[in-house]
Amino acid sequence: MSVLEKVRPAEPPATTRQRKGRRRITDEHGRRIRVWELALRYLLLLAVLALTVGPFLWQLSTSLKGPTEDIFSSPPKFLPGDPTLHNYRRVADTIPVWDYALNSLKVAVGNVVTNCVGAALAGYALARLRYRGRKVATLVFILAMLVPAESIIIAQFTTMRELGLNNTLIGVVLPGCVSAMNVLLMRNAFLNLPYEIEEAAFVDGANAWQRFLRIALPSVKGTLAVVAIFAFMGAWDDFLWPLIALSDPSKFTLTIGLNYLHGTFANDERLVAAGTIIAVAPLIALFACLQRYFFRGVGEGAVKG
Amino acid sequence: MASSSSTARVRRQLPTSPWLFAAPGFLVVGVFILYPFVSTVVNSFTDRRTLIPGEFVGLANFRELLHDEMFWIGLRNSTLYVLGVVPALVLLPLLLALLVQKNIPGITFFRSAFYTPVVASIVVVGLIWVWLLDERGLVNAVLEAIGVGRVGFLSDQWLLLLSAMAVTVWRGLGYYMIIYLAALANVPRELHEAASVDGAGPVRRFFTVTVPAVRSTMVLVGALSSVSAFKVFSEVYLMAGPDGGPAGEDTTLVMLVQRTGTGLTGRVGYASAISVVVFVVTVVLMLLVLRADRKEET
Repeated sequence: MSVLEKVRPAEPPATTRQRKGRRRITDEHGRRIRVWELALRYLLLLAVLALTVGPFLWQLSTSLKGPTEDIFSSPPKFLPGDPTLHNYRRVADTIPVWDYALNSLKVAVGNVVTNCVGAALAGYALARLRYRGRKVATLVFILAMLVPAESIIIAQFTTMRELGLNNTLIGVVLPGCVSAMNVLLMRNAFLNLPYEIEEAAFVDGANAWQRFLRIALPSVKGTLAVVAIFAFMGAWDDFLWPLIALSDPSKFTLTIGLNYLHGTFANDERLVAAGTIIAVAPLIALFACLQRYFFRGVGEGAVKG
Repeated sequence: MASSSSTARVRRQLPTSPWLFAAPGFLVVGVFILYPFVSTVVNSFTDRRTLIPGEFVGLANFRELLHDEMFWIGLRNSTLYVLGVVPALVLLPLLLALLVQKNIPGITFFRSAFYTPVVASIVVVGLIWVWLLDERGLVNAVLEAIGVGRVGFLSDQWLLLLSAMAVTVWRGLGYYMIIYLAALANVPRELHEAASVDGAGPVRRFFTVTVPAVRSTMVLVGALSSVSAFKVFSEVYLMAGPDGGPAGEDTTLVMLVQRTGTGLTGRVGYASAISVVVFVVTVVLMLLVLRADRKEET
């Protein structure tokens, strides 16, 4: 099954059984692929696999190596001699890593909820409701999307100070809690819905809120899922803004906490490795579960430019 | 975009309700994006500090930038970053997309696996590579085993910048690969077949069929990657440290913004002036890439 099945729905199955009963591998156009070409392909794929996933496995391996094991051995040892979870306990003793994870989770979930609600509402207003100033309203979001976050980060910091929200998790969530990009994504999704389905409800006397909630919103679940995934990952991964907004170590998110761990205890790579695995494992799990929506979302975003 | 004549009929609503729908979005974008943007520009003409409101100083900040060695180092590094990263990110993910395009068994696994670095947070990625490129790390152990000897990836100013670029490219591969995959799916196969019949080999077909067909995607990738390369912060911050490596020689512009403008003694006005430069350059980069695209089309 292809991750891009929605983009290329008409593909024949990857493998077909020929009349002779021999399995033959064919390409997306149904043509046979020569064996040596296929072997070369897999060889290259495995090489890239080692390059992209290898570093994570090495980190996992390091995090499982015990205190007596030489992690600098030459030649390097890829498998821990005596695997232990000891380092994970030690990370928790060194920095409040579970508190940091909880902070990250709060920020990420907050970001998901506000983005889904805010972007769906605003996107619907931009796509479906008629009023004076609609074009200007759309333009405001387009302009906001074009402003690079990095170039306004200091002013965001002073704005947050003026609001008295610096050094709070709410302050971390707020600047990205309804991103302009997500509003425009939702707008596109609503624009692509046929008007007819809403017209029936309109004739029945449904108001804008009812049409939005009962008819339009359920039809754009796919895009909403994409917004949710990106909002979660964006918030969980963010580094620069929490680094600037948070100064109290008890409020740190996981990314800031890891940087702190790295800075303070750089001499023990096992600890840093265990910390990074704690940070990356939930994301990889989430990604593995939702990868289908994920690729579709990235693909759609790209096609629409 | 769907805008039919029947749309005019969907109009029964309170005149205020569209604004109620859009209000949360407007509020957030207005208070946390547009207002900070305007105040960045305003602040850049003041000597505002974190705890001191500051006064209008005209172009003094920008004049100071011209003589600030650190600013030029930052501008140099951010520019080098674009020059180093963008060509690699326009080309390599395209090759990778071609590699995973064919629907051979297990390909879904490979596609997902190649995307893992994108999913992993940049801090995790940065720390993994700090460990891999350490003087005693895996890469050096391998280099020593094959007789090259140990290399100070993280201690030499230029090698450090190059390593950070490599990490950015490594992390970007999967992301742009997916964008290219979507574009490749839209290339009509007749083109390839026609080229094959004419006797064009794979390399020839790549340049005469694939590249022209995904050219607009290449421009998009070029635009996206150049803007994000110029604003690079996390990779270099994590690999070089908060001070930007030996003598700050690896500082990038955004690192300089963060260092100058934060903390209780932060020079908000001066950092805002650097931010304005970052903004102007990113806009110029976007326009340049888009113009190059339009020129080639005519």
